[in-house]
Amino acid sequence: MAPQADMVHWAFAAGILLVGLCLLCEAIVGQEVWRMRKWRAYLWPGLAFGLGVALWPVMTFFTNSAIHMYAHGSWAEVLMLAGGAELGLVHGRLRSRFWRLTWPLAFVVTGIAFIVHEQNPWFFARAAFLHHLLGWTFLVAALVPLALVWRPQSVVLRSSFAAVIIAVSVMLFCDRDVAPVFGHLSPLAGAQHR
Amino acid sequence: MDTSYVHDVPAERTRTPARVQAVLLLGPATAAAGLIWAYLQPVRLTLLHPHGQGFWWLVIEPQLLVMVAGIAFALVVARQLISDLEETRDGTPG
Repeated sequence: MAPQADMVHWAFAAGILLVGLCLLCEAIVGQEVWRMRKWRAYLWPGLAFGLGVALWPVMTFFTNSAIHMYAHGSWAEVLMLAGGAELGLVHGRLRSRFWRLTWPLAFVVTGIAFIVHEQNPWFFARAAFLHHLLGWTFLVAALVPLALVWRPQSVVLRSSFAAVIIAVSVMLFCDRDVAPVFGHLSPLAGAQHR
Repeated sequence: MDTSYVHDVPAERTRTPARVQAVLLLGPATAAAGLIWAYLQPVRLTLLHPHGQGFWWLVIEPQLLVMVAGIAFALVVARQLISDLEETRDGTPG
């Protein structure tokens, strides 16, 4: 009865897309206008925190191996930490800008987890390719939230952050259970589905 | 022009600022992306051939999720944000 792994990826992709759209909007209108309504200020940090919480059932019910469990568990932790820190900053309970270092930390942990828990090579199947691509994207893009700690008002950095999040959602939407990538599909991957 | 029905409208007020246009476009553009994707890959949209499909295949369909995200964003976030943006614009001289 549990959904397939690719469906879980799509559901998360939709949530991540919403976070990305909110971030992009915030970059366009500026933080002052974005935070004019209290609920809106909490929206994307709350969504990020919620996605972190939702990763726990994924860790529980999609444990193909120990490495999957560690990967999903570590994502849940770092996403909750980053989302929670952002909520604290918006609320005013947290004041130090260095709490925003939780975002580059989340990116680096996520990137490493993606790369380490995918044990097949890039062109094994689409899922393997996307895991490698997502992992390296997170690792390289960690520089953006890192720079945002020191330049929080930079429109370019804020837009880049949103673009990275939206790109991650697009990659997750591209996932399919067993499907070729650029015409490559290892016979070991199994029969191609729809 | 200045009749009893039509008055001069300052050019500044008639132009929609780029920021408002960008916010207005984000949601519909996202929904349109889902629609185009559904058109290009109808085989992935289970709603078009629902017979014999399981529960999850019918509930979680990627193109529909993209459309729903775009529509939800446009209705819940963008609409109010634009009014706030215009309010700020009206309150700010120049």
